[in-house]
Amino acid sequence: MSEIRVEKLRHVYSAGTPFEKVAIEDVSLTIPQGQFVGIIGHTGSGKSTFIQHLNALLQPTDGKVFVGGKDINENKYSRRDVKWQVGIVFQYPEYQLFEETVYRDIAFGPKNMKLSEEEIDTRVREAAKFAQVDEELFERSPLELSGGQKRRIAIAGVIALRPGVLILDEPTAGLDPAGCRQILDNICEYHRQSGSTVIIVSHNMDDTARIAERIIAFDHGRVAMDGTPEEIFSEPERLEAMGLDVPRPTSLAMALRAAGVPLEGSIYTHGQLLAAVLRAKEAATC
Amino acid sequence: MSIISFKQVHYTYPGDELESLCGADLEIEEGEFVAVLGHNGSGKSTLAKHMNAILIPDEGKVVVDGIDSSEEDKAFEIRRRVGMVFQNPDNQIVANVVEDDVAFAPENLGVPSEEIRARVDAALQQVGMYEYRTHAPHLLSGGQKQRVAIAGVIAMQPKIIVLDEPTAMLDPQGREEVLSTVTKLCREKGMTVVFITHHMDECIGADKLVIMSNGYIKAVGTPADIFSDVEMMAREGLAVPETTKLIYELNSVGFSLPLGELDEESCAAVIAAAMKK
Amino acid sequence: MLKDITLGQYFPGNTIAHRLDPRSKLILIVLYIAALFQATGWISYALVTAVTALCMIVSHISPKNIFKGLKPMLFIIALTALLNLFYTAGRPIVPGWPMTWEGLARSVQMILRIVLLITGTFLLTYTTSPIALTDGLELLLSPLKKIKVPVHEMTIMMSMALRFIPTLIEETDKIMSAQKARGADFETGRLTERAKALLPILVPLFVSAFRRADELAVAMESRCYHGGDGRTRMKVLHFAARDWAALALGLLFLAGMIVLKRFGL
Repeated sequence: MSEIRVEKLRHVYSAGTPFEKVAIEDVSLTIPQGQFVGIIGHTGSGKSTFIQHLNALLQPTDGKVFVGGKDINENKYSRRDVKWQVGIVFQYPEYQLFEETVYRDIAFGPKNMKLSEEEIDTRVREAAKFAQVDEELFERSPLELSGGQKRRIAIAGVIALRPGVLILDEPTAGLDPAGCRQILDNICEYHRQSGSTVIIVSHNMDDTARIAERIIAFDHGRVAMDGTPEEIFSEPERLEAMGLDVPRPTSLAMALRAAGVPLEGSIYTHGQLLAAVLRAKEAATC
Repeated sequence: MSIISFKQVHYTYPGDELESLCGADLEIEEGEFVAVLGHNGSGKSTLAKHMNAILIPDEGKVVVDGIDSSEEDKAFEIRRRVGMVFQNPDNQIVANVVEDDVAFAPENLGVPSEEIRARVDAALQQVGMYEYRTHAPHLLSGGQKQRVAIAGVIAMQPKIIVLDEPTAMLDPQGREEVLSTVTKLCREKGMTVVFITHHMDECIGADKLVIMSNGYIKAVGTPADIFSDVEMMAREGLAVPETTKLIYELNSVGFSLPLGELDEESCAAVIAAAMKK
Repeated sequence: MLKDITLGQYFPGNTIAHRLDPRSKLILIVLYIAALFQATGWISYALVTAVTALCMIVSHISPKNIFKGLKPMLFIIALTALLNLFYTAGRPIVPGWPMTWEGLARSVQMILRIVLLITGTFLLTYTTSPIALTDGLELLLSPLKKIKVPVHEMTIMMSMALRFIPTLIEETDKIMSAQKARGADFETGRLTERAKALLPILVPLFVSAFRRADELAVAMESRCYHGGDGRTRMKVLHFAARDWAALALGLLFLAGMIVLKRFGL
């Protein structure tokens, strides 16, 4: 089990120097196994710092992080073991590819776990399938492939760890709409089939609203909002006050309400918007 | 006469089999804001690189402000008329101090020192980065870096600015900064702007929208006209604005609303009016 | 974190040290190093130390900043000092032990020499922006252009390198985090294993450096860069009275040191 429990987390960069900066302050939350979480917040709100605490890449200044009930910062072995449990795909992960072949790059993580050859092979193939990396590419050099393909190879490299928690920081940054859709579909499919926890950090509200079951909004290093998309987007004004976008359907719904069209409920997907407008029309004609 | 004109331009990258530009025809008028929308690999960047003679057509002709780009000794003349801003802000800033970077192009052009100073200050003011003139670029946000890059280009006093996916690596705030900066340059200073992107919402305010796909220019028109062709956009795998999408779907269940209302207020007004009937 | 490294950093300011022409500062640093190597006795070391301290006061650079920059060198300094302490022949400090009084004196002088050398160069880079430095260097070396030395190319390469150091350091940080997240281990293992463990960092770093260089070249060309011919400068360097004065003082200092050396002081 890979339940995440964070208690009173605080992180200060460059403590004791003139550049001292509090990145995270008093964050406590629990993410149960299998949840699909979206983390939002503008640049510098502390969300990237937060996720790096979940697999001990950063150590808290104060507070504790538990994964599966164990304190991950207990000693250097726990800090290492948590890397297999919590996988992070960073922004622009294609820039971390280094092996001569796609296969060997995906195998890098499992190899570090000192698994047997057969086990590594199983995991590489399984991960490649999830990330839609064609086995025909296995012997090619990752450097000669397209941007979208490289990104999926890098994601496969983390999935191959079979982490109980998969964290992705801006997985669609810089991709065109078709590339974005494919990656997000892959991630949703992975979540459904593996039962792993998935945490996605994103600026794209439309996507986050559509795929996450829980949304956590960071602001100035603290958790400002935490709830279902339903709850979060029922207060679009609060999000805008934090300098965040709202999903396009939500924003259009706000404009419609301002123009005097009575739309009911929390609206954050296109389907909800269309349904609400049709309901309003029906109510108006009755 | 148009300021940039493409006539049946074909281009294939050395070593490639497929053409990256397959007979592009395009006219861009002076003072226009032109948005170019398309997927990765659609030929957008290839189109852009023809506008300042970084690439020269294999076949066909590109004329920029009356100069044919295939005249070898004129590349310099074209480049001083067409400023280019690229996707990765880190890879186009050449100096350790903001104002020194902005001075780079006028220095290359051999402009006298006092005039460079004046141009640099004016350029930084136009993009709202004057207070940062002595800062180190690597400590700025993505949006700020791109604004410095834009200043570095306008210090050259070009007639045209071409921006090749300038927002692809930025967060929403940075994207907004860049878009509003170039919109201002176009509307207030009369500069011709070519804005290449794959975010369709950034095209809504353009005068002219160009849709590219697989090396072909698929459509050219006003954003309202182009987005209204929802079937064509779907065929190209491109999204349309939420407003157009909603009106399109309402129309398919019995409404009859105009499709060209792109901004939220006018779309909301049209729907609100239809409700009262 | 790697970002905290301050090597070659510039602290903007408006002291006389900041306003000196970079060319005079470059000449002064050469004079300073030459003078430092004349030091043999305690009196001459005291003089160099005093001059260095004076320069620090004039340029408003605090000892804290110098010390921060010295940190990465501490190991080398300590090693040189220890070697001198143990391997200099002379009168033993404690009978039967290899430390000697002569060794102690030598190692103190060695420490002083290294610290002063580094401090001097820091004073230069702390008070001179990289652009000014490379501009100064280009102008100083420009006579070499006559014998076909590519001075402009060399200096622009230098300033590009300085521009991209922070960017590449940041990138190294990011790549390291990403590989650590895939279980890469940079801290344990034998030397060969550790060297091998660097590949996952070095390969992506090189690939990205080449990509950056490519894009940078196109961006520079787009901004009409065509080499050093016909280029003008926004910031023109002026050799002022204070520069001549500073150079005269520098020469005087060197002459004084040579005299002290003559007398074995």
